[in-house]
Amino acid sequence: MHRTGELYGQFQTLEQQKASATLGMWIFLATEILFFGGLFLTYTINRQAYPDVFADASKTLSLPLGTINTLVLIASSLTMAMAVWSAEVGKKKLIPLFLVLTLILGSIFLFIKGIEYHDKYVEHHIPGLPFQFEPGSSVATNAHAELFFSLYFGMTGLHAMHMVVGVGLLIWLLRQSLKGRFTPDYNTPIENVGLYWHFVDIVWIYLYPLLYLIDRHK
Amino acid sequence: MATTTTAPAYTMPRDHYLNSSYGIRSWLLTTDHKRIAWLYLAGVTFFFTLGGIFAAMIRIHLLVPNGLLVSPETYNKLFTMHGVAMIFFFLIPSIPAVLGNFLIPLMIGAKDVAFPKLNLLSWYVYITGGCFVLYAFATGGLDTGWTFYTPLSSVYSNSAVAPAVIGIFINGFSSILTGINFAVTIHTMRAPGMTWFRLPLFIWAHYATSIIFILGTPVIAITLLLVALERVFHLGFFNPALGGDPILFQHLFWFYSHPAVYIMILPAMGVISEIIPTFARKPIFGYTFIAASSISIAVIGFFVWAHHMFLTGESTYAALAFSLLSYLVAIPSAVKVFNWTATLYKGSISYDTPMLYALGFIGLFLIGGLTGLFLACLGLDINIHDTYFVIAHFHYIMVGGAIMGYLGGLHFWWPKITGKLYPEFLARVAAITLFVGFNLTFGPQFLLGLMGMPRRYHNYPPEFQVLNVLSTAGASILAIGYLLPMVYFTWSVRYGKVAGPNPWPATGLEWSTDSPPPAENFDVTPVVDWEPYDYKNRADLGLGTSVAPLAPAHGDD
Repeated sequence: MHRTGELYGQFQTLEQQKASATLGMWIFLATEILFFGGLFLTYTINRQAYPDVFADASKTLSLPLGTINTLVLIASSLTMAMAVWSAEVGKKKLIPLFLVLTLILGSIFLFIKGIEYHDKYVEHHIPGLPFQFEPGSSVATNAHAELFFSLYFGMTGLHAMHMVVGVGLLIWLLRQSLKGRFTPDYNTPIENVGLYWHFVDIVWIYLYPLLYLIDRHK
Repeated sequence: MATTTTAPAYTMPRDHYLNSSYGIRSWLLTTDHKRIAWLYLAGVTFFFTLGGIFAAMIRIHLLVPNGLLVSPETYNKLFTMHGVAMIFFFLIPSIPAVLGNFLIPLMIGAKDVAFPKLNLLSWYVYITGGCFVLYAFATGGLDTGWTFYTPLSSVYSNSAVAPAVIGIFINGFSSILTGINFAVTIHTMRAPGMTWFRLPLFIWAHYATSIIFILGTPVIAITLLLVALERVFHLGFFNPALGGDPILFQHLFWFYSHPAVYIMILPAMGVISEIIPTFARKPIFGYTFIAASSISIAVIGFFVWAHHMFLTGESTYAALAFSLLSYLVAIPSAVKVFNWTATLYKGSISYDTPMLYALGFIGLFLIGGLTGLFLACLGLDINIHDTYFVIAHFHYIMVGGAIMGYLGGLHFWWPKITGKLYPEFLARVAAITLFVGFNLTFGPQFLLGLMGMPRRYHNYPPEFQVLNVLSTAGASILAIGYLLPMVYFTWSVRYGKVAGPNPWPATGLEWSTDSPPPAENFDVTPVVDWEPYDYKNRADLGLGTSVAPLAPAHGDD
């Protein structure tokens, strides 16, 4: 197995290797935009069709928990950026510190998500299991609310899966950083995981208003 | 065979990528792009054979008006599984994963692709997706059509839809990873002096294909995932009974599946752009335009998807826009056909097997492409949509075009890949058999479509029988055309004549290294200071006169 930081056999120079890795990550993120994009399109079509039911369903989500999660994730992007910065300026001891902070914040996000999911389970708002919106809702309202929650679980679930992958990547980075592998000359893995983490954050920044803030002002 | 040339008898190089290591693990754990190409060759050939068996059963069944072979429900499964196997597991991977994987690093002067381990992972992902789909085929089959329209696929079908769509979903990641790998490789790993406009057009074609892999495949992935969720958890995205929208499915599906057809044809066009200059011994006409047309097809191809949906009740204005754009996307394809033809003009043409396939491609792609314009015409499509006219149209492009491009490429690069020559006479016989069989199979289907025979029907009115019988007869000849190469390619690996580095000869960088290439591709990293397709000026290959060297294609280096 190649060690992180060595020149891999297919490349001529380390610059080429770094350019390839970074370009590869950007292109991968482009595919992720299209991947989530299909869900966003489905959401848009359905919200436009059933605006009132979507608004009512949205109000059953916990605004405090969603907002805390948004702030937690934005903070984790800050600590991630700080980890990348530490590597670039050669402050090797700070790298694991900021990675751990990012890990903690990411875990808090997932933990709160778990609480929210549990609440939805208790309220019978999980599609597929016996789903029941407000008692006394018409069949159509029930079906349209189930659509909202299908999208809620689909979109936040896909997002959460990406967060879990991100957590795994952070643990790997943490181990490498504790071995002192990252220097100002070589910090491509942190940079690229940073790109990935920021992307996952941006997806949430779109998800939060679309799911939690429908007609809250009314 | 009497040798009349004074060329030396070649011997196989002592060390090359095929004997650099032995054993099953050296193949299943390889990161060598050349070996991965062989792994894909095995996979796509398997699925091609499977899809071909389904096709044979369809054609036999349609020999008589009431159907000869199977029940109506089974017939639905036959055409569905034929489509799924052929499109997702043969056509889409074929040229990129086999020829692209093998040739791209060689053509740009690199030792491998940018991410060799990801390349191997792509193959394992392909195999995993294939296993899910085979499981679906074996446990109830699939009867929804390869297009999986909802709510039949997501609610009402009693066939194995869930494992099948999961398999296709998984397979999508194979495409995505390959697209990322190719795009990065072409951007960052070109040899010194290999500027963008010195790249072979095969590379431009694969770059354009990678754009589609990257931007289009994720959409089908999420769409099929939603179908699976809907089916398993009874959600309602696409089910009108639960407030969902089946037309939304069609938009999402075709947003990928239309660009997918360009995934299937652009690499084949890249192959043709390599073969024609070689066997006309002339530089290709209009290099820059052909390169630009590949990119244009990839881009414009993303804006035409709803021409598959003209009869769903979409608004007239939308239909007009999609129809107009569909006509526009034909223009870059026509540019290529004109340029290939202009390349032939005043060339010194020889009719080796790759050239036979390339010439066949030009004619059959022309017919297929022009009939696409018939379908893009709104008024006409009302009558010929969902008839055999559509089937004939896309088979002319996918078989007469893409598969002939694939076979032409396999023949052209077989000496490089194996170090051996295939038997030329037998190969020409096979190519002509294939061409005749193909036209007899699908030509009558245009007429059937115009006469009103619907597609995906297990029976038909008696007056259509003659054309159906002709079509089935053609299919049996076509089958021979496919079987022959399978036999003689296998034979040639052991018993074929040794090819030497450059048997044709051709001017690409891949021909400057041994046949088969060493594991590292080049003993010394090449430095490129010549233009591509410089057939008039390569005395070292026995080509050309003392004409001045080819000017750069785009005016600056």
